[in-house]
Amino acid sequence: MNGFTIATPAQVLAIDVRLPDLDYAAMAPMLVLFGAACLGVLVDAFAPRQSRHTIQFALSFIALTVALLAVIREARVGSRELTADVALAIDGPTLFLQGTLAVLGIVALLLVGERALEKGGPFVSQAAIPVGSEADRRQAREEGATEVFPLTLFALSGMMLFVAANDLLTMFVALEVFSLPLYLLCALARRRRLVSQEAALKYFLLGAFASAFFIFGMALLYGFAGTVSFGGIHDAALLATTSPLLLFTGLAMVAVGLLFKIAAVPFHVWTPDVYQGAPTSVTAFMAACTKVAAFGGLLRVLYVAFDRARWDIEPVIGTIAILTMLVGAILAVTQTDIKRLLAYSSIANAGYLLVGALAFSKEGLSSAMFYLAAYGFTVIAAFAVITLVRDDDGEATHLSRWAGLGREAPLVAGVFTFLMLAFAGIPLTSGFTSKFAVFGAALGVGEAWPVALVIVGVVTSMILAFPYLRVVVMMWLSEPAEQSPTVAIPGAFTSAALMVGVLATLLLGVFPSPVLDLADRAAEFIR
Amino acid sequence: MSDAGFPYLSLLTGLPLLGALVVALLPRTRPALAKQVALAWSIAVLGLALATWFAFEPNGDRFQLRESYPWIPTWDARFTFAIDGIALVMIALIAVLVPLVIIYSWDEVREETGTPAKRSVHAYFALLLALQSTMIGVFAAADIFLFYVFFEVMLVPMYFLIGSYGGARRQYAAVKFFLYSLVGGLLMLAAVIGLWVLGGHTFDWQRLTEADFSQGAERWLFLGFFIAFAIKAPFFPFHTWLPDAGGAAPAGAAALLVGVLDKVGTFGILRYCLPLFPNASKYFAPLGIALALVGIIYAALLAVGQNDLKRLVSYTSVAHFGFIGVGIFAFTTQAGSGAVLYMVNHGLATGLLFLVVGMFVSRRGSALVGDFGGAGKTVPVLSGVFIVAGLASLSLPGTAPFVSEFLVLLGTFSVYKTVAVVATLGIILGAAYVLWMIQRTTHGTPNPQMAKVRGMRRDLSWRESIVVGPLIALLVFFGFYPKPLLDVINPAVAYTLHDIKKEDPAPSAQEAGK
Repeated sequence: MNGFTIATPAQVLAIDVRLPDLDYAAMAPMLVLFGAACLGVLVDAFAPRQSRHTIQFALSFIALTVALLAVIREARVGSRELTADVALAIDGPTLFLQGTLAVLGIVALLLVGERALEKGGPFVSQAAIPVGSEADRRQAREEGATEVFPLTLFALSGMMLFVAANDLLTMFVALEVFSLPLYLLCALARRRRLVSQEAALKYFLLGAFASAFFIFGMALLYGFAGTVSFGGIHDAALLATTSPLLLFTGLAMVAVGLLFKIAAVPFHVWTPDVYQGAPTSVTAFMAACTKVAAFGGLLRVLYVAFDRARWDIEPVIGTIAILTMLVGAILAVTQTDIKRLLAYSSIANAGYLLVGALAFSKEGLSSAMFYLAAYGFTVIAAFAVITLVRDDDGEATHLSRWAGLGREAPLVAGVFTFLMLAFAGIPLTSGFTSKFAVFGAALGVGEAWPVALVIVGVVTSMILAFPYLRVVVMMWLSEPAEQSPTVAIPGAFTSAALMVGVLATLLLGVFPSPVLDLADRAAEFIR
Repeated sequence: MSDAGFPYLSLLTGLPLLGALVVALLPRTRPALAKQVALAWSIAVLGLALATWFAFEPNGDRFQLRESYPWIPTWDARFTFAIDGIALVMIALIAVLVPLVIIYSWDEVREETGTPAKRSVHAYFALLLALQSTMIGVFAAADIFLFYVFFEVMLVPMYFLIGSYGGARRQYAAVKFFLYSLVGGLLMLAAVIGLWVLGGHTFDWQRLTEADFSQGAERWLFLGFFIAFAIKAPFFPFHTWLPDAGGAAPAGAAALLVGVLDKVGTFGILRYCLPLFPNASKYFAPLGIALALVGIIYAALLAVGQNDLKRLVSYTSVAHFGFIGVGIFAFTTQAGSGAVLYMVNHGLATGLLFLVVGMFVSRRGSALVGDFGGAGKTVPVLSGVFIVAGLASLSLPGTAPFVSEFLVLLGTFSVYKTVAVVATLGIILGAAYVLWMIQRTTHGTPNPQMAKVRGMRRDLSWRESIVVGPLIALLVFFGFYPKPLLDVINPAVAYTLHDIKKEDPAPSAQEAGK
């Protein structure tokens, strides 16, 4: 490849450095969010305390709406291009996933912005104060942090960049941009501070490991291909005469970084702890949006950079998918905490998404994207319900506390039942249509691995039905516990988020065609 | 697109669902109104079903009253409704049973839940109507995706009927019912997707029957569907959920569960397994017959040993489903028609039996056989009805089930003599468990404990006689004159058998050619 010569500073300066062409319109969604996030930091510094929450929420909401409009505009223009040299790919999957991220982001933002359920909101203002100290007790009484809004926006802008990133370096930057705010957000829970901090620390440490793997893999791939762009790696893999050892080790390490984010087994151990410890609205945000972003990135890496190595990848990632489905489903059965239950269910769902991804076909891509959108709405709504079931200690997440909830609050319990049925894949919910799409795409390939994956998918769906059903039984058929938690009256924001999530779950289950077609038309990467 | 002119089938499916919504939204303070509306609604559905019956031409096309509306164009899934004679008689059975179950449940709902008003009466009747909607839909659907949707969604109202309004072990029973059915449903889902992929990305029944599958694929797909239907029916060895569900469900829901919902399994085999996978059906027919035979004998033996009336009736159903299974897999017109006729008659007979048992149980407050004894002295009319229901259930000549059982055995004997002989043993066992049950509950001197219960001195009320009257009338009428049913059933069964024979000549040569 290139002979390496060391350039002197003078030579470096002499190189004709030109700014690559930037298509600002195509980058608008990310730029808007990033700009709004920076503005949010300033708001927090200068706006009067009592109006910060309102300003921040309005700013975030407007920014996300503008970003969504920018995505829609770009989609209508029909952009298919590489911009910023080749660092960003604005193509169908990018726009579909960015749109999904914007919409899910708005819904999650409603939960993050909810203050009616708890005095001062569900967040404290400083994450790092030791638990039990005087300062910590003081901040528990104070108004909560409004930094959560810029943090959320930073995370979302990173996610949008992540799904558009067309080279490993950009992808790594995006990974860190969306991960760091999430680590911080996890530690901000007002209740159960210690668990929250533990979750954040765990997430951060393991996430840092995963990032290290990613960056090391990137270095190896650069060594192999002489470039970090996906197109370049693809070409190099096609034409390589050298040993593919660097390619495969590099790929494996990059994959570790990505599989960590999507919570695939064996890189999943952080998930239940983080989902449980983080403030529930943040968990909802992570469960929906992080999954979209991480899968978007993984899909691009697999489909664009490594589609030539497909036959070598399939057994490895296929095994991981099988393990992910099995471990997620089996451990979900044993859970007694509703947030941990949903965490394991989200692990199993990552497995189903991998089934679609491993089809390595247009249908596989479109079905995985549809699945991401459908799952996002359902999971946000489910966590929204969890924020409502409370006692003096905050949210009552132990399953036994949910006994008899159907009698206490039939509407909320009914909604949650519907969501559980959606997770279990009962028809007329999006859970069914998305599973159908994914399994259909996999079987459509007609090869051994996808078929095996579908069989495991079906078997694990049967196992998973049990924990979901147990929640339903708890709510409707069990006698209420001695001190049953009360169901808080949802504020306008939570109600709105819940309504959007439930309606989307229903509509995508009954009339999925518009979104299916949209995903279908979008399902083509450019290289 | 509807060549029916009048959209009978979509209305039949949609109307009860609308009724369920209306009933659920009626003011909470007026439970009586909910019952009245639910009853009126179900009678309207019955009227529509009658109109459908007369709109259907017995000697016309195989599938009639076809309607088709686009649904999910991406997958070519459509709202396609069309019925053959088999579906028609099942829909008629549903339409007859639901109003009777509603009348039966008039005052029962509260009594059976234990503490008064623990569950809203509205919800019960709304669930019944929702169940009716999904049950009609599952028989009326002619699009496999649509069929699957109804097949799965049907579980939800039944789950809540059992789980919320059932007896002592209702939680366990409801969960077991749901999980068993869901396991079958997911297997079928895999098969449905496989069918869609291999059959050219369509769900249209007609086009899928024309698709060609490789031998291996056909067998796997057959098994996916067959196991789901065998769980639903239920056939041995997938039957263990039924006694629990039937024992714990409120009697009204149990009558619908065993009378209709389980028939979806045998209906599915006739409508989907045989026509879609004719070669695999022939290959697996011995397995089907074997399972059915074991079911007849095994379930009958277990029924003899039951002490719980509702569980006993559930086991008799498993045995009867064995007869239906034998009739289906014998692949003769007589046996096939007998099996379909049995599906209807069994719905009437077992529906009646469950309702009567429910009347006993709610009077006595217990379902144990030992808690009864000599009831004939205290409640003579009710006991008489019980005996009639029992005799119908054991296929006494003169009652409708006799005709169907006879047809099944006759049709089977012409091809499998041993099978028919062994199945006949089931009749004898049937006589044993029914007669012994009747003897232990209604004959002899009254059980002193039972005689003390005030309810056991209250004989059949006028409301209850409205429930049992039509069923007994139908059982006797079809016992002597089954022609109206057979006229509709025979052509449909002939078509189904034709589907199988279609590729009949020299299968061995064909396989060698592949």
